[in-house]
Amino acid sequence: MINKVVSGAEEAIKDISDGATIMLGGFGLCGIPENCINALVTKRVKNLTCISNNAGVDDFGIGLMLKQRQVKKMISSYVGENAEFERQLLSGELEVDLIPQGTLATRCLAAGYGMPAIFTPAGVGTEVAEGKEVRNFDGKDYLMEYAFDADFAIVKAWKGDTAGNLIFRSTSRNFNPVMAMAGKITIAEVEELVEAGELEPDYIHTPGIYVHRIFQGKDYEKRIEQRTVRKSEV
Amino acid sequence: MFSKEEIAQRIAKEIKDGYYVNLGIGIPTLVANYIPKGINVVLQSENGLLGMGPFPFEGEEDADLINAGKQTITTLPGSSIFDSAMSFGMIRAQKVDLTILGAMEVSENGDIANWKIPGKMVKGMGGAMDLVASAKNIVVAMQHINKAGESKLLPKCTLPLTGVKCIKKIVTELAVLDILTEGGFKLLERAPGVSIEFIQQSTAGRLIVEGEIPEMRLD
Repeated sequence: MINKVVSGAEEAIKDISDGATIMLGGFGLCGIPENCINALVTKRVKNLTCISNNAGVDDFGIGLMLKQRQVKKMISSYVGENAEFERQLLSGELEVDLIPQGTLATRCLAAGYGMPAIFTPAGVGTEVAEGKEVRNFDGKDYLMEYAFDADFAIVKAWKGDTAGNLIFRSTSRNFNPVMAMAGKITIAEVEELVEAGELEPDYIHTPGIYVHRIFQGKDYEKRIEQRTVRKSEV
Repeated sequence: MFSKEEIAQRIAKEIKDGYYVNLGIGIPTLVANYIPKGINVVLQSENGLLGMGPFPFEGEEDADLINAGKQTITTLPGSSIFDSAMSFGMIRAQKVDLTILGAMEVSENGDIANWKIPGKMVKGMGGAMDLVASAKNIVVAMQHINKAGESKLLPKCTLPLTGVKCIKKIVTELAVLDILTEGGFKLLERAPGVSIEFIQQSTAGRLIVEGEIPEMRLD
């Protein structure tokens, strides 16, 4: 079995350089690769194109990279929680490609499945459709959207093994498995790294073939954006 | 005039036994509180969950378990978790029976705008464009008029569109309306104490009033 283990975030991202296109897993702050984001912030690589559903919040996640102006372009579906992002977008400092969430996910999927493009009805008749090829199937219009082409995909999983197999936990799965499939080089940080053979093959979400580097992350903050609770029943 | 809670309560009456339902952020989220007793409904959260349960008890919040509004939630017996591509796959393939979402503007031919105010506010479309483009059954929860008294039910949307010719039903603080295939807002019900004249003057798009228009009932 090929060993994919690296020492930590710093080694995992060592060849990510200025101008790279990187995918980052997570939905909001749920399931984001905290260790690698912090390492990118420390390394101060810049002119990055980031493909990520959201852009973190002002002081956490990708928001930290935005604050340092490391990001040239964001490709996201929803950026509502980040005031700095909205400011850079409206002032034109940051190039932003807002695309439908399903289109974002499926363009990742296409890359991982070896398909050059997909057809989706999302965005037909809107400004998202500008300049895109429209095809009609059975009387309904669809936009042709290309598979993503990303130098790196950085994902966060719950468990992983030395062969790169990944298991995600709860809704922190979100974009992580599809992005893991889509990177030319995929980096996975996991909460628990075990020896190959310790994970049940039937329960693997992402097969190790898609993962090039893996390490056990540390000090996960797992920040909650909207803490909503109900009162205990007495 | 209806409150946001009452709009949610009225929309909940559209939910039928056995439905898979996607609830958007804002008023639509409140609909979960009013699902009629005795019917089985599965809530889909587009970040990758079927079978969304209530908020967790204090101290039991799990950062890995949130809904599309990023709120901490719980699962239920029978829940399932999947990735974002599959989540939108089931939406695109019309497996989800009913979608409830908010809007800033709706036009009389069923166009909807809810993701951007040029130069002022850009939050992004999230999953809304995917939902409106594919859902077979969409109910919009929205304000009929803004604070300045201007109508949000228009002949044509002024804001960037989220989807075209996709909305068929709207519930506002003033009324329940269908959008007809040939165009026009058909008035179905009015909120208690609201006159047809007031709805008429609050609707910039073409309003169609035929016969008796009953008051909305919540029970």
